[in-house]
Amino acid sequence: MLKEVSTPERTGALRTDAKLAEEGFLTDDFVRQLISVGEIDILVGLPTHNNAKTISSVVAAIQSGILQSFSRDRAAIIDADAGSRDGTPDLVVSASIDDVRRRDSNRFALRTLHSISMQYGSSPARGIAFRTILSAAELLRPRASAVFSPDSTSIQPDWLRSLLKPVSTEGFDLVLPTYTRHKFDGLLVTNLLYPVTRALYGLRIREPYASEFAFSSRLGSHFLSENSWNDETAREGCEVRFTVAAIAGGFRIGQVYLGAKDPLDRSAADLVPALRQTIGVLFGSMESNLSVWTNKTGSQPITTIGADQQFALEPRRINRKRLLDMFRAGVAELDSVFQSILAPSTLAELRGIARLEEEDFRYSGELWVKTVYEFAVAHHKAVINRDHIIQALAPLFRGRALTFLLENRTASAAAVEEHIENLCLEFERLKPYLLELWKDRE
Amino acid sequence: MREMIVSELTRAMQELVKDFARFLPRLIVFVIIAFAGWVIAYLLKLIARSILRLIKFDKLSENAGASQLLAKAALPPSSELLSRLVFWVAWLGFILLGINALGIFGLQEHISRFFLFLPRLFAALFIMFVGLLAASFFSRATLLAAVNGNLPSPRLLSISVRAVIVVFVISMFFEELGIADQTVLVAFGIVFGAVMLGLAIAFGAGGKELAQRFLEHKLVHANGDDKNEDELSPL
Repeated sequence: MLKEVSTPERTGALRTDAKLAEEGFLTDDFVRQLISVGEIDILVGLPTHNNAKTISSVVAAIQSGILQSFSRDRAAIIDADAGSRDGTPDLVVSASIDDVRRRDSNRFALRTLHSISMQYGSSPARGIAFRTILSAAELLRPRASAVFSPDSTSIQPDWLRSLLKPVSTEGFDLVLPTYTRHKFDGLLVTNLLYPVTRALYGLRIREPYASEFAFSSRLGSHFLSENSWNDETAREGCEVRFTVAAIAGGFRIGQVYLGAKDPLDRSAADLVPALRQTIGVLFGSMESNLSVWTNKTGSQPITTIGADQQFALEPRRINRKRLLDMFRAGVAELDSVFQSILAPSTLAELRGIARLEEEDFRYSGELWVKTVYEFAVAHHKAVINRDHIIQALAPLFRGRALTFLLENRTASAAAVEEHIENLCLEFERLKPYLLELWKDRE
Repeated sequence: MREMIVSELTRAMQELVKDFARFLPRLIVFVIIAFAGWVIAYLLKLIARSILRLIKFDKLSENAGASQLLAKAALPPSSELLSRLVFWVAWLGFILLGINALGIFGLQEHISRFFLFLPRLFAALFIMFVGLLAASFFSRATLLAAVNGNLPSPRLLSISVRAVIVVFVISMFFEELGIADQTVLVAFGIVFGAVMLGLAIAFGAGGKELAQRFLEHKLVHANGDDKNEDELSPL
């Protein structure tokens, strides 16, 4: 499924990693198409699965971005598809850059844009999709690669330049985004993933689980060879794994402000999979990177291009009662599970706040940090099934989310940022507690 | 007459001494086998205990819920219990070998039956342990899914899952041991059927409103009429 394939210009020897083909991971047809493309400068990966509603606008934004900022570069869009039944791959490969040029730009692409699609399976697996994109990058050796979410409704053409330029011209290995988000969006990131990543690895990365990011071939090759792809768990949460691999490998990481990001169409019911893909992966990374995180104290900012994280403040109705009810039900019903995971004093405090009414309810930062650290150690020791440990965190997270909502109901953007910063500092302050628990359990 | 009695007594005593002399080596062999068996069984107990501690068997047992049962019955921890079992089974095996060496008529068949029974005993114990582990795992998975799915009575659901698996495991345990096959099968059928019928009646009678609410919620939600409040987007 090639679009506008021309005779590739070969400026250097094409690196063909025969191992990939030998393993049978990439299909012969896909490898043949990649080889016919030759070396490129820019690669854009799309992990798709039934994204027909949004994929055209995403591809159009990418093509427009290429016209605006990379018109002299050889570029390819790689669609790693999970067996879409709504024609998504066809939409990717049939999208013509000429339509974009006619519509909103008079620029001409001086090089050919290739669009290639490969179906890697019949059900979505982000890890396999990412591996497909990395393998394509390994063969095509671009100066910079980026991955975009195929269901993004807020993607802009300049996101391409913002993410790829720091990699292609400034020597960054990983460029992650920051956005303008509603203060109550992404609570898992602001209350758990960002503070824990920051406290563990000492870098203030706002979006460790990014749906859009750019990376160098150096980092891509490193991750492709280092990551255990046969491990079933490696197939989930590859974004966090990729970020941690960049930190642990000492790669140069930056973040860039992209603009407003619409919340994805995810309901509260998706919390458990989200926890698995983020905090579950982060907890898992602690074992393999013990020497990296145990020696870190405090945290350092990373290079941020453009503005810092911004918050939108428009009023939003959220069912706080439901959050409180689910927290209470969790504390009451999962008591036997929590006894295996939490310290008696932490569990006693949780039982105490579960009795509070909404107006008095407060899941303090310190208690939340202790809870998370005790969960991390329980996960390490596998006191019960690890997936059950992650699932057990969900009702407690709802309690913490409720506290965040109550604290920031009328807060300004600066106050929201201050609350998040205070929570991060609490995670950093109590890191010795985590180390102590970890050592005790050893 | 007196001479005859003395002569008979002397002959009987001689026979007894002869029999005892014939039996003594076998008795010594028995004692040696029993003593050697005790030493070997003790060593096996130590090895079993070390292996069980190495593989953190107590933790597994705790996860399976077996430790709690043992504690309630004032029994030692599962690794200790199992290593003691290894000791007694091994030593009993040696004692039976020794008894076999004594050559007592009629006992040999029972001894061979005992040795034939041993693999079934271990298989049954293995089924019981794995079954308890599975019951614990699936009941906890049900509990977590029910809590996170905001379903009513999560603990009842969890206990039901555990009960069904445990009943099933117990029936398999007895079937493996070959104890009252038919009785156990019938009992299992009755218990399982009763549980299912009970659940069906309970859900039908008690869960009518719940089912109605569930369907209403699903249908209304599917029609997009319940969009008054935003859900949290975790990522």
